[in-house]
Amino acid sequence: MAQTKKAAQNKKKNMVAIIDYGAGNIFSVKNALDYLGAENKLTDKSEDIINADKIILPGVGAFPHAMQMLNKNGLADVIKTQAKKKPFMGICLGMQIIFEKGYEFCECDGLGLIPGKVEKIKDMGLVIPHMGWNKLEKINGSNIVKEDNIYTYFVHSYKAVCDEKYIAYYCEYSEKIPALVQKDNIYGCQFHPEKSGEQGLKILENFINL
Amino acid sequence: MLAKRIIPCLDVRNGKVVKGVNFEGIKDVGDPVALAQEYNRQGADELVFYDITASHEGRGVILDVVREVAKKVFIPLCVGGGVSTVDDFREILRAGADKVSINSQAVKNPQLIKDAADIFGSQCVVLGIDCSRVKTQNPNSQNTENEHTNSANISEQKYTVFVNGGRIDMHLDLIEWVKKATELGAGEICLNSIDTDGVRGGFDYDMLNAVCAVTNIPVIASGGLGKIDDFYDVFTKTNASAGLGASLFHFGELTISQVKEFLREKDILCRIAAANASHSQVNS
Repeated sequence: MAQTKKAAQNKKKNMVAIIDYGAGNIFSVKNALDYLGAENKLTDKSEDIINADKIILPGVGAFPHAMQMLNKNGLADVIKTQAKKKPFMGICLGMQIIFEKGYEFCECDGLGLIPGKVEKIKDMGLVIPHMGWNKLEKINGSNIVKEDNIYTYFVHSYKAVCDEKYIAYYCEYSEKIPALVQKDNIYGCQFHPEKSGEQGLKILENFINL
Repeated sequence: MLAKRIIPCLDVRNGKVVKGVNFEGIKDVGDPVALAQEYNRQGADELVFYDITASHEGRGVILDVVREVAKKVFIPLCVGGGVSTVDDFREILRAGADKVSINSQAVKNPQLIKDAADIFGSQCVVLGIDCSRVKTQNPNSQNTENEHTNSANISEQKYTVFVNGGRIDMHLDLIEWVKKATELGAGEICLNSIDTDGVRGGFDYDMLNAVCAVTNIPVIASGGLGKIDDFYDVFTKTNASAGLGASLFHFGELTISQVKEFLREKDILCRIAAANASHSQVNS
């Protein structure tokens, strides 16, 4: 409650830009922020991202298409600069493209905000996509996750490969999958906090209140 | 590993939940948003809305229901009932659903599974199957079925797929249908046994095992839930990923939290929702 009040008080100074670049369902992220009382704007304009206090990059679909859309709009460069200045969160595909390279269909450059790459999940007889509720297992932890034994909702076929120092939490499937990565103020959620019930909303809320 | 899911299913007609849901503290028991919130509070892992609206005019209403629920409940939402085209998928997903369930139309037009999976991804294509054991089988006529039975020792039983709410037997073999749907890109199968549905004597474990043996996509057990132990049985006797319930939850005979606690005590992996949900008051 204390935190939500803070979000309300900070309304004027806490604008979250949700980047709308034509890649998938962004409305559930917007719904979640509205529900939490956080001021937000769906946008594909550079000035909105520059003026925002926080940035969320959602995304569903394929890595090369998402990068193509961000490059076409000239947003990729803006994100690269702005993500270093204010709290930034990539969700699902938005998390994957913050790495340096992706290998979905073809090799493709990402935003390079965190060193690492994105590869297909090993199948090992388990179903791909990895879809469902999985438990967050702690490695380094994160200041936006304050509880233990949290299950979050995943839907994806590719996963990040990066140095363990960037992995806040992973989950166990056919192999260990980075679930929340973090480098300074840059956060990447492989899961969907906006679809992970109350505990997912809490993570979003903690991010908004940074 | 993935948690086993407990999913309540709400039948919606003209924007109202039917089948007399009974919860204390909810004034309008037909209000889908209030019920969705209650199930979310109890720890439901997903919600299924099944649109049983008969009229064309009523069809748009389910989209409004989804839009409203998606503003207040932040777990995966699945919508089914009357879906027959890729445009139907698009409309439902745009309203805020995460998955779309198809049944009869997929039997009539299997290409719909592939078209939808190619455009929206397998994860949002849920194939509902209404199925029954073939009762007329003559034990002496096994030789006519070599083709199918040599593939596995799945079961001596044969199952056939029905459409139109279980009214029309398509004489389509369940196992063949599951294999085909898996190849076409279905993301999940919701298997409803006509034989156990409404009987409340437990899920159809043989049928579930027959299906789980031939596909690796998640299978949701439906039909037959009568008591809390049935959930334990379905997750220990079969590889089902989820259990679907309707009236038992709606009548308040069981809460989802009770089921989750029960399963957890028996070491079945499931998600316990946060005890205190305290965000929602920001706007009030």
